[in-house]
Amino acid sequence: MLTRREGAICTVSMAALALVPLLAAAAGEPFYIGFVARIMIFGIAAVGLNFILGFGGMVSFGHAAFVGLGVYAVGLAVHHGVSDGFVHLGLVVALSAFAAFVIGAVCVRTSGLYFIMITLAFAQFLYFVGVGLKQYGGDDGLTFRGRSDFAAWLDLADAVTFYYFVWAILAAVLFVVYRFVQSRFGMALRGIRSNEQRIQGLGLPVFRYRLAAFVISGVICGIAGALLANLTQFVSPAYLHWTRSGDLLVMVIMGGFASVFGPVLGAALLLVLEELLSSYTEHWQLLLGPILILVVLFAKQGLMSALPPAGLQFKIRGHG
Amino acid sequence: MNSWTLVLVQALNGLQFGMMLFLFAAGLTLVLGIMNLVNLAHGSLYMLGAFFAATLQHWTGSFLIALALALPATFIAGAVIEALVLRTLYVRDHLDQVLATFGLILFLNELVRIVWGATPLYMSIPPALRGAVALLPGVEYPIYRLALIALGLAVALFLYVLVGKTRLGMLIRAGASNREMVEALGVDIRLLFTAVFGIGAVLAALAGILVGPILSVESGMGDGILILALVVIVIGGIGSIRGSFVAAIVVGLVDTMGRAFLPSLLAAVMPAVIAGAVGPALASMLIYVVMAIVLFVRPQGLFPVRSR
Repeated sequence: MLTRREGAICTVSMAALALVPLLAAAAGEPFYIGFVARIMIFGIAAVGLNFILGFGGMVSFGHAAFVGLGVYAVGLAVHHGVSDGFVHLGLVVALSAFAAFVIGAVCVRTSGLYFIMITLAFAQFLYFVGVGLKQYGGDDGLTFRGRSDFAAWLDLADAVTFYYFVWAILAAVLFVVYRFVQSRFGMALRGIRSNEQRIQGLGLPVFRYRLAAFVISGVICGIAGALLANLTQFVSPAYLHWTRSGDLLVMVIMGGFASVFGPVLGAALLLVLEELLSSYTEHWQLLLGPILILVVLFAKQGLMSALPPAGLQFKIRGHG
Repeated sequence: MNSWTLVLVQALNGLQFGMMLFLFAAGLTLVLGIMNLVNLAHGSLYMLGAFFAATLQHWTGSFLIALALALPATFIAGAVIEALVLRTLYVRDHLDQVLATFGLILFLNELVRIVWGATPLYMSIPPALRGAVALLPGVEYPIYRLALIALGLAVALFLYVLVGKTRLGMLIRAGASNREMVEALGVDIRLLFTAVFGIGAVLAALAGILVGPILSVESGMGDGILILALVVIVIGGIGSIRGSFVAAIVVGLVDTMGRAFLPSLLAAVMPAVIAGAVGPALASMLIYVVMAIVLFVRPQGLFPVRSR
């Protein structure tokens, strides 16, 4: 599954990302450390979404729910004086796994359009919970002071340390997802995407495989949310808004949903585009919209396939 | 005003909201059911209709002229969007459609913000429909909202006759249940698509124009109703106008009544502080709970159309 080409792109990109703090320090532009950290965090979330989208054929229009859940879990914990990073991690994994299990149990029975809409509806549901949390700022959100505290291990208040922390988690998530995709489990998942009946016929528990994949995907997005809370030190229902779910889908498609690493490139492309366009004009969405349409219509393979060398490629869709 | 008249007033509000949802959802469900197109930009047509009408009313001073001109204007805008973007999406999968029309929303919301500015516009209620009427002794209700309910019912009746009794309607129903077969029987499917998309665009614009005087006309106004309408068509069954009519009324009533009464109902069974915090959030979530229950019992919605 992991082609030599994709491996090369992934390795080169991760090495380049590891150099960013050094270059930013040399150039005297510390802004870029935080910016690229944000790209990697959304990259993690997009990789998480793509695990079910690209490999499981499940188009979730509600993954902002899990990112938002991670943000809220860390934000509210810190707000109430619980700053232990290990507690945060446990809390976020447990919460997002539980939410993904409950949501998934309803969603993965359906497919196609109904799947898109039900995931969207569940995300809206959580969005309104966020809006309703008046004691935590409701619609306006809540700024909190402090980050996840890993005691003597790590000092996340330091921008560079935080950057490498995010980098390490991105690397770990990529590794885990690669292993899942290559495993028997990943094979079954791709089989279900290609032909659900046939996998059912082989005697594999389709529902449980899909649900397990959905939970893994949700947990990865929850972790991304926890990192995002550490970066912005701000909780708000805006993280749960349906357009954030749309952004994640855009990242996956722009990067290329047929690969594990593609969505990271997509996250970089979307956030850089946003940053560039918004520095030219406040009406940057006027340009982003058509770019998005053109990508969908003409460059569906994403950035991943646009990169040289276009030698080894695997098939995107399975056989019917 | 005692509690029962309050219930009556809120029920009418819910019905009125449901009617507007129906106008919006009817087009969406037809386009989805027959053309197999997820058009998230349906909300943009609603928004465009409202903006055209607000501007025209500002120029001419007449609501009726604004309505009469804004409908064809939105239809033309819809036709341009269809020809430029949507037409290429019919054969694509739902993911592509969702993303491309998501891009359309970003573009059109921003375009509207550039043309009309970020501050909301306001429309005035036509003079003949201003004021309130006494439903019962001591219970007043705005005439305009009653007119909206009546108009919604009229459109529902019109669609019922159009879909149930005419040749076009027969083709629409056939297209919803089996598009390939209709095509194979020699029906010009492109013409049918154009008619269906046109009906949908005009209905969305109509909803946008009609709510103009009671809501503010602003960029992004179509996004909220879009999500609600998606809930409506999923509950009603994709492609079914009857389903979306029933579901729109259910969603309109549940949402409005929930927001109005759930907080005070909760306050009766739990401490007021908690009820005050939980009530409004729970009320907003209520329709999603309804959707989850409906889909759990009937995965294809209340009135399934597709025979596959």
